[in-house]
Amino acid sequence: MIVGSIVAIETRNLLSAVISVAAVGFALSVAFLFLGAPDIAITQLVVEVLVLIILIRGTILLDNTAVESHRDTLAVVTSLIFFGLVLGFGAMIFGGRGFPEFGEPVMRVSRVYVHTGLPATHCANIVTSVILDFRAYDTMGEATVLFTSILGALALLRRDGKKKEGEVVAA
Amino acid sequence: MTVYFLCIVLLTMGLYCLVAKKNIVKKVLGIVIMDYAVNLYLIIVGYKSGGVAPIIEPDMPAATLERFVDPLPQAMVLTSIVIGLGVLSLMVAMCIRLYEKHGTFDMSVISKLRG
Repeated sequence: MIVGSIVAIETRNLLSAVISVAAVGFALSVAFLFLGAPDIAITQLVVEVLVLIILIRGTILLDNTAVESHRDTLAVVTSLIFFGLVLGFGAMIFGGRGFPEFGEPVMRVSRVYVHTGLPATHCANIVTSVILDFRAYDTMGEATVLFTSILGALALLRRDGKKKEGEVVAA
Repeated sequence: MTVYFLCIVLLTMGLYCLVAKKNIVKKVLGIVIMDYAVNLYLIIVGYKSGGVAPIIEPDMPAATLERFVDPLPQAMVLTSIVIGLGVLSLMVAMCIRLYEKHGTFDMSVISKLRG
């Protein structure tokens, strides 16, 4: 995955960058499958296909790919500083105590979900029961966010805008 | 610990792509990579060694209930993936509009224009 994202960042051609990001996404889906999350893996797969379609729609028709002529040294220096800061803080957080080791989650809240999920919601899949029963308000908020973003995309992409009052059509 | 570190490396690469690249589509790809890194990190936090997927089957011993991986981050990440798709479509729509207006994806050219 890291190799794929390096290719995605550094290649010149936009189409191959998009396809390498899609490869990263499919590898992520396989990783979710190994980490015991089949629901997430399925969703990631579907979303990945849609991401590929959207990004290719954005790039393939506009084939102005050779953009980067010179490098901005300020941006490179800034990103290197960011790199160091993020790595340092990450080492500080994960080196300290109180953070769960890999393979031993806390599960203070979700123990209740796992044990009462079947009697309370009659749903065999605990993830589904968490989404649709225990935290249904979260899911409603997610639907709102999704609706708003799609609305924004449609408003940006529509062909004929609404005219103002009294405006004369130029063409 | 190494797994967390690899997640952070992925996140930082997305951040570098977001900050240093001039092409808008590359910036969008950086945001997508950061999205992947955060999702992977949350799933990894909820993983239990030797864990099984949290799906209850008809005649299952009760001890298997203790071997489930954490379902709560999985539910949150499911939400986050779908929201990421919506936000990505919004960003790509903005990119297409910018291209139609300015005829280029180069950020340094676009930001020089006035008016």
